[in-house]
Amino acid sequence: MSKIGIIIEREYMERVKKKSFIFTTILMPLLMLGLMALPALIMAYVDGSETKIAVVDNSGSIAQHLTDTHEVKFVNVRGITVDSAMNTRDTDGVLVIPENIITSSKGSLKLLSNGPSSFTTESIITSQVNKIIETERLKSHNIADLDRILDEVNANVSISTIRSDSDSNDEVLSSEISFAIGLGMAFILYMFLMLYGQMVMTSIIEEKNNRVLEVVVSSVSPMQLMIGKIVGVALVAVTQIVLWGILLTIMSGWVLPAIIPAESMNDIAALRAGNVEAMSDMGSVDMIAALSTLTQVGHLIGLIALMTVFLVMGFLVYSSIFAAIGSAVDNIQDASQLTSFAIFPIILGLTFAMVAAGDPMGPLAFWTSMFPLTSPMVMVARIPFGIPAWEVWLSLGLLLAGFLAMVWIAGKIYRVGIFMYGKKPSLKEIAKWIRYK
Amino acid sequence: MNEILQIENVSKSYASHRALDDVSIDVPRGGVYGLLGPNGAGKTTLIRIINHITAPDSGRVLFNGHQLSEADVTNIGYLPEERGLYKKMTVGEQAVFFARLKGLSRTDATRELRKWFEKFDILPWWNKKVEELSKGMAQKVQFIVTVLHRPELLIFDEPFSGFDPINAELLKREILDLKDQGSTVIFSTHNMASVEEICDNITLINKSRNILSGNVEELRREFFSDRYDLTYSGDTEALISALTPIADSFTPMEADSQGRLKLSVHLNGTAPLRDMIATANDTVTLAGITESLASMNDIFIRTVTSDSDNTTDQACQK
Repeated sequence: MSKIGIIIEREYMERVKKKSFIFTTILMPLLMLGLMALPALIMAYVDGSETKIAVVDNSGSIAQHLTDTHEVKFVNVRGITVDSAMNTRDTDGVLVIPENIITSSKGSLKLLSNGPSSFTTESIITSQVNKIIETERLKSHNIADLDRILDEVNANVSISTIRSDSDSNDEVLSSEISFAIGLGMAFILYMFLMLYGQMVMTSIIEEKNNRVLEVVVSSVSPMQLMIGKIVGVALVAVTQIVLWGILLTIMSGWVLPAIIPAESMNDIAALRAGNVEAMSDMGSVDMIAALSTLTQVGHLIGLIALMTVFLVMGFLVYSSIFAAIGSAVDNIQDASQLTSFAIFPIILGLTFAMVAAGDPMGPLAFWTSMFPLTSPMVMVARIPFGIPAWEVWLSLGLLLAGFLAMVWIAGKIYRVGIFMYGKKPSLKEIAKWIRYK
Repeated sequence: MNEILQIENVSKSYASHRALDDVSIDVPRGGVYGLLGPNGAGKTTLIRIINHITAPDSGRVLFNGHQLSEADVTNIGYLPEERGLYKKMTVGEQAVFFARLKGLSRTDATRELRKWFEKFDILPWWNKKVEELSKGMAQKVQFIVTVLHRPELLIFDEPFSGFDPINAELLKREILDLKDQGSTVIFSTHNMASVEEICDNITLINKSRNILSGNVEELRREFFSDRYDLTYSGDTEALISALTPIADSFTPMEADSQGRLKLSVHLNGTAPLRDMIATANDTVTLAGITESLASMNDIFIRTVTSDSDNTTDQACQK
């Protein structure tokens, strides 16, 4: 086994065998699922209480059409004063509807409340009342067959994009889901670059500090040690991603279809076949498209594979920077200033990724997905939208070139830096190290 | 090939200073070679160049007659002055890791290591983490890792630091054993007594330059040329006055266990030894006469001080 291989093996095993690694790898996906489910759970419990509204209808044509919802319950009170209505048991508020509400152009409702009224309550009331007024006004025109006409007029359009330029024509992409997946992947990448990049840096500082480095470099060249460390840590990151990918695939391929109602699964099949008419419920095309994207195992694996490629390449670039920084200083405190050279472009990359997820084909998205320091994050944000393959390849090529340049510079700094103890070097000094023979 | 290592006109500079300035050293095969010099003289830089860790700016290093290359590091064992181990790894795992870096297979490394661990009586530590070891324990592990792959050339930089006297003695025996088995040892230290004890040849580096090289015995004699220790009984005053015409100086020494007196005599360069013996024999009862040897300590201090004076003079002349 080559020396780099032995170094890689040590760096890899040291981290993978750690309890904390096993813990985060298995628990993180569960934790994230939990975090996503938490708001829904909270909503379900918090919004359990309903608001009871007494309606004093002076026009006489609104109250009977109001329908109760989960949040608001209407009680039609007639012939009592507002004050006595207020004092009725359990009443949270009194809705006063003026007499001329249907005829006047600018009618206004009054809600007398015993406590603070919620936005939800108010919007439910106004939307219901508006609808009733509209219907009443239409009725006043005495149109025959009004109900049928209204049903016909009622529009509920949704959009599902079916790519015609894609090789696999069964891919149905929901833009919203692509947006979410793209941003999600960019964020995962951001986290990985930060965490694993700094891991390389601190590990170098530690080696330098406890002088084990002196012993190691008598057997391997500093460059071999640096590359071995970077590759070893990269493999740990890949291991983690692959494990997460497997967990996610199991969930999307088997667990999700199992818990989604059969009717929705039929709709997904219909949507994938391009047969929108055959779907049972036109109202939820968006939701079905989203589910369709999520339950396409092949599509997900493809995305995760591409993300892993960009993650590894991006990591190689950034960990070279982190390695150079780690070698130049003696302790973490001294490193903090220099790390901004690595952290700033990572944050910039995430920012551009957010822009790119909103406008994946724009010039900003294109150019930032080509520039080696921002491209990993911007590219993974764009990939779910299905961008041309040549762009992906070009970006990868540039990233590789960026890595080679970066690792060359980093190696030059590293091999001098690891033997420098004491004073924190200035940028000028570090630049000088690059020129040493 | 008589020399295992030839360093020819090696220079190395860092940003602000010159670490090595035209240094040439020949290390003969076998034996222990002392690399001496004050702190910051450039020893560590030289050792790093020999270990192929850094490259010289100019000059060359020959190992077994050929240009030193990366492949040669498997034939070199290096125990650095500042040394450490991976704290979170177990002793055994770590030792195997270092042995594999020197080209041993995992099974060979494990087998050899077990032998050494038994010899040093540390086999029970195999599965302990390094952070649980005392400094002395860790030093033993480091020593084993350095010599395990039976390199032709061993480099020890202050090997005794961190060892108690008992373990230092053990270590010294091991180093001499390795030498007897044919290894060449380069030994860097500030402990001059140990240099006298184990080094065959030395080089003294001061201010980036090689200021003195040679065989330890010869150097010690050379530094105290024309000096003799007389052992006698009789009148010291009479002896000194009798020898004054042919001697430059006298240094009275402690009497030996049998109560015989001792005097160190520095003859002036032209006086023949037999004149001194004749004169002394006439004045006192001579029991013995030996050539006196300078201590390495004296040599070190004298050479370095006079070298520093010279360089200061040169600097003033400029």
